[in-house]
Amino acid sequence: MDLNPIWLTLKLAAITTVLLLAIGLPVAWWLSKGRSIFKVILEAIITMPLVLPPSVLGFYLLLAFSPQHGVGHWLQQTFNIQFVFSFQGLVLASVIYSMPFMMGPIKSALQQLPVSLSQASYSLGKSKWQTFTHVLLPNIKPSLLTAIVLTFAHTLGEFGVVLMIGGNIPNVTRVASIAVYDSVEQMDYSTANAYSLILFSITFILVISVFVFNKYRLKSPLE
Amino acid sequence: MIKIDIEKKLKAYQGTQVLKIATQFETGSITKIYGPSGAGKTTFLKIIAGFVQSEKGIITVDGLTWLDTGSKINLPPQKRMAGFVFQDYALFPNMTVQQHLGYASKDTGWIKRLLAIGKLETLTTHKPEYLSGGQQQRLAILRVLAIKPKLLLMDEPFSALDPDMKAELIGELKQVFKELGTTVLIVSHNPQELDGLTTEQLLISH
Repeated sequence: MDLNPIWLTLKLAAITTVLLLAIGLPVAWWLSKGRSIFKVILEAIITMPLVLPPSVLGFYLLLAFSPQHGVGHWLQQTFNIQFVFSFQGLVLASVIYSMPFMMGPIKSALQQLPVSLSQASYSLGKSKWQTFTHVLLPNIKPSLLTAIVLTFAHTLGEFGVVLMIGGNIPNVTRVASIAVYDSVEQMDYSTANAYSLILFSITFILVISVFVFNKYRLKSPLE
Repeated sequence: MIKIDIEKKLKAYQGTQVLKIATQFETGSITKIYGPSGAGKTTFLKIIAGFVQSEKGIITVDGLTWLDTGSKINLPPQKRMAGFVFQDYALFPNMTVQQHLGYASKDTGWIKRLLAIGKLETLTTHKPEYLSGGQQQRLAILRVLAIKPKLLLMDEPFSALDPDMKAELIGELKQVFKELGTTVLIVSHNPQELDGLTTEQLLISH
């Protein structure tokens, strides 16, 4: 069995998670403070991939970044970057597709912290950054872990969107979920089963770890 | 000298009401602020600290302008550094008693003294969830004292303390306020509990 699709999937999930963590933390913090109409619209856009068919998102990304059209053409001409049918295209699609899984838990957790925590820190002379890193972030650890694992696990399971923008190029865009589909198409059920079992096991271990960790971190209000 | 002249609309069940206060406090004075629930006592403290914005107002502290809506001057809470004891304590769940004080100040000698004042020396490694209500409230007071504030705003600071502990702590605080020259404003639903500590009083009513 070719293990490359598994490594490619893990690489894609790791890069997507790191990028989304870097983007998600400041954006979720900003979104958690106040509610302007602009923030509401942005939040709705970020949430769209949760309900949109992945093939629709993939189709529009394919159109947008195709070298024959606007943005894709400009990127190709100016920076010689091609997103369609490339690994960076998978990363871009995954970042957009998994964004609500990173943003949602972090934003909700930040909103649930009493505003007096930030105020207390500010009145001690601490900057917004110090308050974020020393007070807010340490107090949303369970949600942060949930966000990281959900993002990673969700990226592992992407299919429609990566197929649309990446296709099925071995060692480049052929991730595990596509390898499963490809094996089934070729009636090679044992290979499909092997890929599926590996994906199932990784996801199960990740999700169960979060649940066990959070069981000790979170207390029921009725306890 | 602290001069305050503010105007803030408050949303209430009966409709909008206006919190309008023009007053001044001598440096080093300790003032109790009392009045009916919903009159705006906590909001008044929060406007001074910079947590809540007033529509109109001027606040000057020892000649320095903290707020002047006419000139669009509005110092952030970090620049004002008014010590604030919150009604809900606002302790940081991730920090121990020692870490709370260490976050506020690096002066180890001062921290040691504060721990003795609050009788929390044996609880330095405890996080807030393992402290009683009274211990949490004392920690909230010690945390703001750690920055040696020139202005201290206290919102129901003794509500969870038993009478003996309250009397002892008030005696210690009186001494600390005098040493630091701190001007103190204390909101209380029970003004009698502050007898012997405060020198001035301010009524905030509808």
